[in-house]
Amino acid sequence: MAKHATPLLDQLESGPWPSFVSDIKQEAAVRAKNPRGIDYQIPVDCPEDLLGVLELSYNDKETHWKHGGIVGVFGYGGGVIGRYCDQPEMFPGVAHFHTMRVAQPAGKFYNSKFLRDLCDIWDMRGSGLTNMHGSTGDIVLLGTQTAQLEEIFFELTHNMNVDLGGSGSNLRTPEACLGQSRCEYACYNTQDMCYQLTMDYQDELHRPAFPYKFKFKFDGCPNGCVCAMARSDFAVVGTWKDDIKIDQEAVKAYVAGEFAPNAGAHSGRDWGKFDLQKEVVDRCPSQCMKWDGSKLSIKTADCVRCMHCINTMPRALHIGDERGASILVGAKAPVVDGAQMGSLLVPFVSCEAPYDDVKEVIEKIWDWWMEEGKNRERVGETMKRLSFQKLLEVTDTPAAAYHVKEPRSNPYIFFKEEEVTGGWNRDLAAYRKRHQR
Amino acid sequence: MAFISSGYNPAKPMEGRITDIGPHKYDEYFPSVIKKNFGKWLYHEILEPGVLMHVAESGDKCYTVRVGGTRTMSITLIRELCDIADKYCEGSLRWTTRNNIEFMVDSEEGMKALRDDLNSRKFDGGSFKFPVGGTGAGISNMVHTQGWVHCHTPATDASGPVKAVMDAVFEDFKSMRMPAPVRIALACCINMCGAVHCSDIGLVGIHRKPPMIDHEWADQLCEIPLAVSACPTAAVRPTKVELNGQKVNSIAIKEDRCMYCGNCYTMCPALPISDGEGDGVAIMVGGKVSNRISMPKFSKVVVGYIPNEPPRWPSLTKTVKHIVEVYAANANKYERLGDWAERIGWESFFKLTGLEFTHHLIDDFRDPAYYTWRQSTQFKF
Repeated sequence: MAKHATPLLDQLESGPWPSFVSDIKQEAAVRAKNPRGIDYQIPVDCPEDLLGVLELSYNDKETHWKHGGIVGVFGYGGGVIGRYCDQPEMFPGVAHFHTMRVAQPAGKFYNSKFLRDLCDIWDMRGSGLTNMHGSTGDIVLLGTQTAQLEEIFFELTHNMNVDLGGSGSNLRTPEACLGQSRCEYACYNTQDMCYQLTMDYQDELHRPAFPYKFKFKFDGCPNGCVCAMARSDFAVVGTWKDDIKIDQEAVKAYVAGEFAPNAGAHSGRDWGKFDLQKEVVDRCPSQCMKWDGSKLSIKTADCVRCMHCINTMPRALHIGDERGASILVGAKAPVVDGAQMGSLLVPFVSCEAPYDDVKEVIEKIWDWWMEEGKNRERVGETMKRLSFQKLLEVTDTPAAAYHVKEPRSNPYIFFKEEEVTGGWNRDLAAYRKRHQR
Repeated sequence: MAFISSGYNPAKPMEGRITDIGPHKYDEYFPSVIKKNFGKWLYHEILEPGVLMHVAESGDKCYTVRVGGTRTMSITLIRELCDIADKYCEGSLRWTTRNNIEFMVDSEEGMKALRDDLNSRKFDGGSFKFPVGGTGAGISNMVHTQGWVHCHTPATDASGPVKAVMDAVFEDFKSMRMPAPVRIALACCINMCGAVHCSDIGLVGIHRKPPMIDHEWADQLCEIPLAVSACPTAAVRPTKVELNGQKVNSIAIKEDRCMYCGNCYTMCPALPISDGEGDGVAIMVGGKVSNRISMPKFSKVVVGYIPNEPPRWPSLTKTVKHIVEVYAANANKYERLGDWAERIGWESFFKLTGLEFTHHLIDDFRDPAYYTWRQSTQFKF
């Protein structure tokens, strides 16, 4: 017999897509039975109380989680988010229900031992519920009480050799696409850059010193599978400089219908015979391709490396050999000042460990933003407020045409005093000699 | 329940303390076929929905079976995933950015056994536990946020509407009949932890009422200047009010300037904003992150408000399904939803979808608004 009746939530158990309600009920049943003989350190029935409070929200159409509550582990300002229920008498099992963010390996490869060890900790000291994963990338352990925080941190660091992630006004847990581990498009080792920078910036990750959150993300190619350009203040997106490599025989095999275009991604419908001219050459955004019926050619100088031709014929076309990445800065979701996309700052970095060239850009941006940024202002907003020129200046980047989609259409140009012959300090008396008052 | 110590000694918190060790290294848990062929992959194919084959320069093949996941996930379910990984995949598995789970094996036979096993597992309530799919020109798992399950600022739930929408588009998780990938995401408020601002279809929880003001607590719970400066439209200002015969410092809100972002509530808990009748969901479409063919672009609001209808959000799911079907019927191969809408023109988009264009869909927020108004006689009747 369930602790709370959940007639509304029960309706989310039907239908084919995995039901989180069924899963939470499953966890509630396991905890009630306690087959492992766990000495639970927080209320056994917290999954049931979570369903109870959620059912109440489904009735009220309002959340029942309180605002605020500062909790954490000693010496860190990030990694733990305090959470309290606003109906603690009705749902004592979730009266205190804090979140802990655990740092995930870049690319999110695990083995069962690591996950089972984590489950064991969370069985005894937490709710048995998680998010796999939070939007930023961390493993999110969902629901524990204050007295358990240090204990969990101790067990994570001492027994599992793993740390908490970021939260608050600090560096958030960086994330990368799976990169070279299983992708032929990866222009650099995204996981390694992510790992190295995460390790180098542990202090910034755990001790909030920024105006607001700051996110790194690492995409191996312009396909953007971790959405770096849209979701991170500092996006490193793989690219290359030289020719796309073409296997002409494989191109012909695509034309002949021997290989499925786009790696078979369109196999759910009959789109007709593959038409190289129509589907690839004509769709090239920079019109840099030609197909004469037997040979495909690409004018590299015109190529903008959008990935369409490579995605469409992965067995025939391959990324170039002079590989690295572009850096884009300032993406964010709407709050506070509207959504922003990352803006191109560095067209090409080589991406070789220890990534000093990348770190140099990051640190210059941080120095500037920490000095000038307002409370709760993302770096993209600081850039908008103080200008892209200022960002170029603080990062020692010479302005170039690749920084803009088009040059400005208004002539309200700010000049620096040293850019104007004679400076701004003028002689009024000499002026008056030429012009009567 | 007796308190069990981990070994941590609160009297000496620094004794033996380990900090700033970061995550495990990314290659610690690679399956052997991944470890062996790292950086040496030649090409890939999607053999069937949810099944990828990557071929390495060595000739080795890595078969990946992808399944949808719930994001909010119990340890009982994670242990089941571990059992599956132990049985078929040397104990290895991974998660994707879109909350799918991937299992990798090095043989076709192993892949088939794994796939069939995953597809056979169901919850007691009847839904699949690990449906195989989410690849190519189909609809992958929805990225989403916490909603009413765990967040203090949501305007809608997340897991519930996601379950309802994914039920409605389940066949397209299992197939690849779309013109291009369709990425759906849900954020339970405009903070957008789920980053729906660049999704093909973005569902975003919105409030529609200005915050209430808890005068009794404002000066005690909040730094009033922080609440004031948090407002992007200068609708929040400090004031003094009379309460129980006493003048207290509090907050005033110019209601017609408020666009309900909730930023002031984040800074000041004495300004609660959520409301059962006011809150609901806006639908945005046409965003993307990929640089493929066209540049990355933001999603655009095409439905300004749909009420919260728990438990299954029928109006929301019906509208999403409808947009998906109109897009699937009309777009060209390789054309993302936003590219299609831009090619045919937004006036045609509204005509074809039958969605109502209202004044709520004309941008009125600062400079970006101006750049979205039409300054041309080129339009379609």
